Amino acid sequence: MTSTAPPRGASRFSAAQRGSRRERAQNRAAYIMLLPWLVGFVGIVAGPMIASLALSFTDYRLLDVPTWIGLGNYEQMFSSDPRFIDALGVTAVYVFVGVPLQLLVAFGLALLLDRGVRGLSLYRSAFYLPSILGGSVAIALLWRRIFGRDGLVNEALAVFGLDGPSWVGDPDFALSTLIVLLMWQFGSPMIIFLAGLRQIPSELYDAAAVDGAGRWRRFLKITLPLLSPIIFFNLVLQIVTAFQAFTPAYILSGGSGGPANSMLFYTLHLYNQGFRYLNMGYASAMAWTLVLVIALFTAANFFVSRYWVFYGDR
Amino acid sequence: MATAELSTAGRNSHACSAHRFRRVLKHCFLVLLGLGMLYPLLWMIAASFTPSSDIFASTSLLPAEPTLANYVEGWNAFGLSFGQFFLNSFLITSLCIAGNLMSCSLAAFVFARLNFRLKKLWFAAMLLSIMLPYHVVIVPQYVLFDSFGWINTVLPLVVPKFLATDAFFVFLMVQFIRALPRELDDAAEVDGCGPFRTYRSVILPLTLPALATTAAFTFIWTWNDFLTPLIYLTDPSMYTVPLGLNAFNDATGASSWGPMFAMATLSLGPVLGFFIVAQKYLVRGIATTGLK
Repeated sequence: MTSTAPPRGASRFSAAQRGSRRERAQNRAAYIMLLPWLVGFVGIVAGPMIASLALSFTDYRLLDVPTWIGLGNYEQMFSSDPRFIDALGVTAVYVFVGVPLQLLVAFGLALLLDRGVRGLSLYRSAFYLPSILGGSVAIALLWRRIFGRDGLVNEALAVFGLDGPSWVGDPDFALSTLIVLLMWQFGSPMIIFLAGLRQIPSELYDAAAVDGAGRWRRFLKITLPLLSPIIFFNLVLQIVTAFQAFTPAYILSGGSGGPANSMLFYTLHLYNQGFRYLNMGYASAMAWTLVLVIALFTAANFFVSRYWVFYGDR
Repeated sequence: MATAELSTAGRNSHACSAHRFRRVLKHCFLVLLGLGMLYPLLWMIAASFTPSSDIFASTSLLPAEPTLANYVEGWNAFGLSFGQFFLNSFLITSLCIAGNLMSCSLAAFVFARLNFRLKKLWFAAMLLSIMLPYHVVIVPQYVLFDSFGWINTVLPLVVPKFLATDAFFVFLMVQFIRALPRELDDAAEVDGCGPFRTYRSVILPLTLPALATTAAFTFIWTWNDFLTPLIYLTDPSMYTVPLGLNAFNDATGASSWGPMFAMATLSLGPVLGFFIVAQKYLVRGIATTGLK
């Protein structure tokens, strides 16, 4: 992972320096050039973020004036909105089943492709392509068709004499089609794994082989620990991304959340509340709950990582 | 002696053929998996050239009687032509790329090279904003842009890009600029360049690989984006391609998959093209700069 420290030659100005004309000129020039970012950050990121926190404590229907209701929205979520609870459950399964499966495939293929496979770049392109197309409406429409009653999947099953259900229409299977779509996009974490594998010096493997360590032992004692920071990075990144997935659930369920809310992603419920029913206070409260949930899981991830991620000599 | 030599040779060739067998097996697996993954895509392309009535009769990748009828029907499916949607998508995507290239590189240069008050604070704020979910600003942004009268214009999609709100790209370029030698800036200063001149004439040309990465990802993300246009563009004449496909899906349901697949295939074309071109460019960038 890249360092997050501020750039070198940074910034604290001593009294003497502040006097210097050159420093003052650079300070002014810097703020002028930073102006677009500053306006954007204050005006459409930080400002709206604070505004949505305030709105989350109100009943706000866009055209009316917001009325303060304290924690009312938050209470409603957990006590009288069964769809919210459904959305939490669906999203949790999608994130905590889908992401590990996706990373497992990505990791396995990165291991297969590592070190001198002929045609590596061709394979890499073929496996990476779905990651680029996967978020599009076109692919979601295709998925809806493939997993339909008489879609490709059932055609394939029919060859073996099996009669599949309408995968997208069945509450027991609808979510799994979305998980398969997530797994189909294993290419981008695979590329990050490949870059990580390339950093492991091959002398380590040679030395271990000389000492009589077999393939499996070398994998357990060298590859896994040295790659653990990359595994961790991918895990955090993909979990945060998966929490925010929207398009596939919207398209595959036609915006409704699917049979028995089985495809009702958190973000889909949020969108429907905010922009279909115009409950914008409630949507804001949902957004802030999402931020807290993501922050919580990221923090938990960092905490647990101390016990399994290996950082060199630390 | 002779027999011993023979037996080692035999063992070697045996090991070698086992090794070769494993390699062939591996390639078979990779090729099958690759084909399996790309099969749905290829099938969709084939289906887009198949008469609507025949689409589900076959899983084949070669239409028996290829036809362009789906494309003709899909292009003018409901009063509005997909040409309009493509035009809208291209306009929005180009503006977003231009915005991100200018604003993110400018902010990155300031963070990477200049000293100013509160620099640490602003830099930390920028990093934090990378991790922020979009949904947390979605409602107030809508209220704000609505109050400007920007609904059903391209402005809510495009203006934020000119204000460097895609902080991820700012960070990417900060990392890239930091790796460039400082002596360049000093030399430029000796030659009388101010900070802006240094940015434009010295640093910017050297960040080409990072700019290419930014342009490629901005293109793909903006082209595929569905949520933002869904919120801001409700007038069909302003629809982007993904919104057009969605409307198609709503309007015709399961009845006309052929024309829908034709338009879906067209919608993936630019991304596919960009993928091929940009990948080449990126590989070249990696080769010449040694960038990871």
